[in-house]
Amino acid sequence: MAYSDKLIEHYENPRNMGSLDKNAEDVGTGLVGAPACGDVMKLQLKINDDGIIEDAKFKTFGCGSAIASSSLVTEMVKGKSIDFAEGIKNTMIAEELALPPVKIHCSVLAEDAIKAAIADYRKKQAERAATPSE
Amino acid sequence: MAVKLPIYLDNHATTPLDPRVLDEMLPYLTQHFGNAASRNHSFGWTANEAVERAREQVAALIGADPKEIIFTSGATESDNLGIIGAARFNSKKGKHIITSKLEHKAVLDSCHALESEGFEITFLDSDPDGLVKPEQVEAAIRPDTVLCAIMMANNEIGTINPIAEIGAVCRRHNVIFHVDAVQALGRVAIDVVAMNVDLMAISAHKMYGPKGIGALYVRRGRPRFRIEPLIHGGGHERGLRSGTLPVHQIVGLGSAAKYALEALTNGENDRIKALRDRLWEGLSKNLDHLFINGSWEHRLPNNLNCSFAYVEGEALMMGIKAIACSSGSACTSASLEPSYVLRALGVDVELAHTSMRFGVGRFNTEEEIDFAIELITEKVRWLRQMSPLYELVQEGVDLKSIQWAAH
Repeated sequence: MAYSDKLIEHYENPRNMGSLDKNAEDVGTGLVGAPACGDVMKLQLKINDDGIIEDAKFKTFGCGSAIASSSLVTEMVKGKSIDFAEGIKNTMIAEELALPPVKIHCSVLAEDAIKAAIADYRKKQAERAATPSE
Repeated sequence: MAVKLPIYLDNHATTPLDPRVLDEMLPYLTQHFGNAASRNHSFGWTANEAVERAREQVAALIGADPKEIIFTSGATESDNLGIIGAARFNSKKGKHIITSKLEHKAVLDSCHALESEGFEITFLDSDPDGLVKPEQVEAAIRPDTVLCAIMMANNEIGTINPIAEIGAVCRRHNVIFHVDAVQALGRVAIDVVAMNVDLMAISAHKMYGPKGIGALYVRRGRPRFRIEPLIHGGGHERGLRSGTLPVHQIVGLGSAAKYALEALTNGENDRIKALRDRLWEGLSKNLDHLFINGSWEHRLPNNLNCSFAYVEGEALMMGIKAIACSSGSACTSASLEPSYVLRALGVDVELAHTSMRFGVGRFNTEEEIDFAIELITEKVRWLRQMSPLYELVQEGVDLKSIQWAAH
């Protein structure tokens, strides 16, 4: 399959690959996809009290397009607000990496991963608010 | 010694043309350009002699009589001609065909094409080893069964079916037996008489011959059976395959068959098997969570098909661009479904996505295998570091316990 230079570059030099502490209160984790479908993405966002994404890490099981999509997403959201991250559409990722039509689902997965990570963060925040401080 | 890159380890897809084969072909593209059907001048005679010599060489490879060899454009045509030709000619007897789910698409799709003509097809499952058992075939035979099509060796996992045993069952029940032998040629000793084979599909380009040429073995003698042609015209090849014979291609097939027969006895297959074993031993020494797909015992000497758990096949292929191999992952194809062969033998769909096929060949060297081991090891380790699944498994999480959202 013919891939764009940008996609190959992200595959070969993935940005922000790794893990954050999934138990930390300020870290939201999104785990999307399924091994049976051939791709699973884990995206973690460390978000400060001002709603700014201070750090982003990913791990991906999937094809080159899936790896590049998740790598790109971490780059896009780092230093940005939650609102900005929530506004990221899969089409932006697909366009940036020039994904071939059969690989569009990789960009959809990356968008889902952002949403799942933010949802997890919000859930943690709500739980923290509900727990009376000592 | 420096290894020349990229390394070709995809000899199930095709093989390079043996230079000796090319040398034998070339004169038939230049000075000996005659039409083998021209019976009234020396150009034709020379061409015809070359064709008949090739027919003998192909026949010798499978223990057939030269009169039983029909030249075709390749194994896909041979599978079509054997299956559709035999089914149509014998449809008065019945319209039931037996095949297996692991067959090549040329066989499966020929069978599907016959469904539209009212044929009923039984697609046998394989056992977890990737083999079809003679008892399964026998149990599937009905009074209206006309044909059974089972491959000799599988093109993905290299498993070798018990063809002689299945042949005996078919002969006993008077069922025509078609065998796609493409992957087995020159790698497994073949005797169509002893194996009770009626039809056999042969290709040149999987045994170091040229692409675009193949043959169909059509047994003569008792018990008699006939097939119907698919291509009509000048009545070439006993009327079973019309069309001017591509003499240089046929010479290439014959020459390739000659060297394939030699490979069975001159130690070539032992050398190739040693390289294949070296590859597997090297990888399994360096990496954990590797799984062989299909029987290791009943396998072609040149095939390795294994799953690198937690690493998606296409991602691995991108990382090892210096090695030409193949993946059973969906992501290498447009279908988004992983290998139907691996699924048919019950490999977990998760593992099917992580499978790779390596096919060692006549021209591979030990240095190439060692290079491949190093590169694959490095990239699998790197991709596992990147894999959330590997991380979860390291943490002791059972992946099956997670509620995955299918997409």
